[in-house]
Amino acid sequence: MAPRLKLFLPLILFVLLALFLFRGLSLDPNAMPSALIDRPFPAFDLPALQREGELGNDLLQGQVSLVNVWATWCISCRVEHPYLDKLAKAGVNIVGLNYKDDPQAARRWLQDLGDPYQLNILDSEGRLGLDLGVYGAPETYVVDAEGVIRYRHVGVVDERVWRGVLAPLYTELGGEYDAAALAGDL
Amino acid sequence: MNYLAALLLLVLSFSAGAVIETYEFSSSELEQRYHLLSQELRCPKCQNQNIADSNAPISQDLRKQLYQQLEAGASDAEILDYMVARYGEFVRYRPAMSGVTIVLWAAPLLLLALALALAFSVLRSRRSNDEQQTLSSDEQKQLDELLARERDA
Repeated sequence: MAPRLKLFLPLILFVLLALFLFRGLSLDPNAMPSALIDRPFPAFDLPALQREGELGNDLLQGQVSLVNVWATWCISCRVEHPYLDKLAKAGVNIVGLNYKDDPQAARRWLQDLGDPYQLNILDSEGRLGLDLGVYGAPETYVVDAEGVIRYRHVGVVDERVWRGVLAPLYTELGGEYDAAALAGDL
Repeated sequence: MNYLAALLLLVLSFSAGAVIETYEFSSSELEQRYHLLSQELRCPKCQNQNIADSNAPISQDLRKQLYQQLEAGASDAEILDYMVARYGEFVRYRPAMSGVTIVLWAAPLLLLALALALAFSVLRSRRSNDEQQTLSSDEQKQLDELLARERDA
């Protein structure tokens, strides 16, 4: 038995290797879980984009929020913007983090393209972005009602991402939105 | 010859353009640590580049952060902890040994042990094959008979 089994060794090795490589085909090398999952949102004290005054962590307390990192120089942000508008109209609570951007250009962008954000944190220096581990806009964080980061999505938020990943988590954490309005609007 | 010189200049000018910003360090020791750490820290946006070689905006930010922390007197371990807390073990080319990264550290040793074991077993079986070259007395008798039959026929 043993010598005959040995004959199959190359085949077994090949199948194992093929399985590993096949798995690799569907892995996204850019996907990197945030180091801050299940940690509180980093402390911040930054100006608001569209009004006077400072914003702090109490902004993220008491309700589930999507924190969307965006900038006018970010092309993918323009791509996801219409979908964020739809989410906001359906009642999803979205907080903007305007990352390393020109505030005037950012305000103009919101006037022209619509404003899906409850509020926008103005992070011109990118300090909060660094504390969050942001490595490329757009990024979207799901923050629960206690201000703890539960998930990070890197890249454009579209219908597929929302339905597949963000919406189930948002609902599970107690966030409310009008799913019928969102579906009807599409 | 002129073409060669021109080509050489072109190639050299690219490498000179690779470094964008320069920092003034208060001591050469800090500068040395800056170079070592910026080569050990990995650009989070890029697949396989350290922050010293990368022109990505995030690498510029991390270099700036590294510079500021070095000048503020932070130790290497403090700086690495700061980066890992934000970007995960991914940012280190030599990740700390932990439950998650143990496989990275152990795999080469395991593979070496496996290869050695395989080599030993192959060598031993080959040697035992060599020893079996001599026939047992029964086999010798059988062979003699066969040869004799061949000769008779």
